[in-house]
Amino acid sequence: MNAKTADKIATTVIIAIASIIVLIMAGLLGFILFRGVGHISFHFLTSAPQSINAGGGIGPQLFNSLFLLFLTMIITIPLGLGAGIYMSQYAKPGKVTNFIRLIVEVLSSFPSIVVGLFGLLVFVNMFDFGFSLFSGALALTVFNLPLMVRITEQGLAGVPLPQKEASLALGLSKWKTIKSVMLPIAMPTILTGTILSAGRVFGEAAALLFTAGMSSPRLDFSDWNPLNPTSPLNPFRPAETLAVHIWKINAEGLALDAAEIAAGASAVLIITVLLFNVCARLLGKWLHRKFTAGK
Amino acid sequence: MENATLERVSETNLDIALSVKNLNVFYGEKHAVKDISLDFAGKQVTALIGPSGCGKSTFLRSLNRMNDLVDGAKITGDIWIEGENINDSKTDVVLLRQKIGMVWQRPNPFHKSIYDNIAFGPRYHGIKDKKKLDQIVEESLTKAAIWNETKDRLHKSALSLSGGQQQRLCIARSIAVNPQIILMDEPASALDPVSSSKIEELITELKEEYCIVIVTHNMQQAARVSDKTAFFLMGELVEFEDTPLMFTNPNDQRTTDYISGRFG
Repeated sequence: MNAKTADKIATTVIIAIASIIVLIMAGLLGFILFRGVGHISFHFLTSAPQSINAGGGIGPQLFNSLFLLFLTMIITIPLGLGAGIYMSQYAKPGKVTNFIRLIVEVLSSFPSIVVGLFGLLVFVNMFDFGFSLFSGALALTVFNLPLMVRITEQGLAGVPLPQKEASLALGLSKWKTIKSVMLPIAMPTILTGTILSAGRVFGEAAALLFTAGMSSPRLDFSDWNPLNPTSPLNPFRPAETLAVHIWKINAEGLALDAAEIAAGASAVLIITVLLFNVCARLLGKWLHRKFTAGK
Repeated sequence: MENATLERVSETNLDIALSVKNLNVFYGEKHAVKDISLDFAGKQVTALIGPSGCGKSTFLRSLNRMNDLVDGAKITGDIWIEGENINDSKTDVVLLRQKIGMVWQRPNPFHKSIYDNIAFGPRYHGIKDKKKLDQIVEESLTKAAIWNETKDRLHKSALSLSGGQQQRLCIARSIAVNPQIILMDEPASALDPVSSSKIEELITELKEEYCIVIVTHNMQQAARVSDKTAFFLMGELVEFEDTPLMFTNPNDQRTTDYISGRFG
């Protein structure tokens, strides 16, 4: 076989593999959207679920998912930024740093069900936070933190060295250099990565089964005092998220239209994650232009 | 005879801005700079010349402790500025760097507006007053001979400037924190000939106020802009001499060979 034929065969095989993958992905996405989109309505998105009757919605679950994401990010972003900055700017290369990096890698490939059980053991029982949004947020933090650290580290590593040197040569301290010169340049990367990781958090179910719980107390959406047990903003109430709801309703749903609700909720979940991705791209592009463009 | 006397007199009047004693730089096992002692006079341009890898850039980067950023770099010896030893671990390197500006081969303006590039250093060093900052920005840009080209676009991105303009902006940026010494690492070698000659003109003007140390590969440039020249070879200082003398009648055969283009 001559080189030309080999090249042709390789090209064909690679294109075929790529096409199969794209077909599977597009098929899956299309299937979920096709089955679910018809079920999405304002009523569906805002009303509470019904346990037996048809016509229930996913309002509380959707709210829980967003609120949990918010809580998780409040915990994750400062920790992840701090650790990432430390790893890329302060840690001296060597055994200890490599060990930390290894741990971060291992943590990021942890099965989420294990993170969930860890959360049950530590956050729910040991620290006695109970099945609550807070326990869930902590579990998701364990899950999300490695990614956040890596994103920050990579973002800062991508800052050209001359920028850092220029700032230091002006007599600026290391911290000021990081804060005022390096972070703004790394920001598009960090922000895009954060939003993408938010998508992952949003769709997570297994880590939440035993931490945020599988039930949602009756919520009073007119009560915004975070200290009241029926307030949606109370972080110490149990909360079933959208992803958990999909799992539960498929496994043990008694409602007459359980299948439709699951399909609709799946579509909502996918669309939200898609929106995150699109936003991340647009924002990243916009920031990149803003910081580099010669206006 | 009379000229020589005059020169010697003027030389004694020049204050030593920076004094280097027995400087050694190691990168791991590599001995990059070998026991160099050099005095840099104020209001003078000193050129560091030598073939690639001779240690001249490493030497320059030691003067404001930029080599601290390099993992595995070890520096011994003394660098004195105003009675303080730069290379002492107790010295506050952050404050010291304010006294020693630096300009790199490739222009590296911050990804900020022209105004903010200049105001960035002074702001950090405590100047908050808008009027005062405006004044510093104008003065610095004027000194760096780029005020006329930028005064109508101060709040546009610095990256919108041409390469030569960016380099002059970087010089203005280092002037803005009021240094005594400006280190330049091949400041014109990434620029076109016109921009390059503008930088040279600028250097000649700046030496009225600053002690300038410039690393250059360009022999003609060294001859044109510098008062003194130091020739480095394999990490050693071969010769340090008044520039005209160095280029007409060097003491060392290796200097002659290098200058006449026999190697390097």
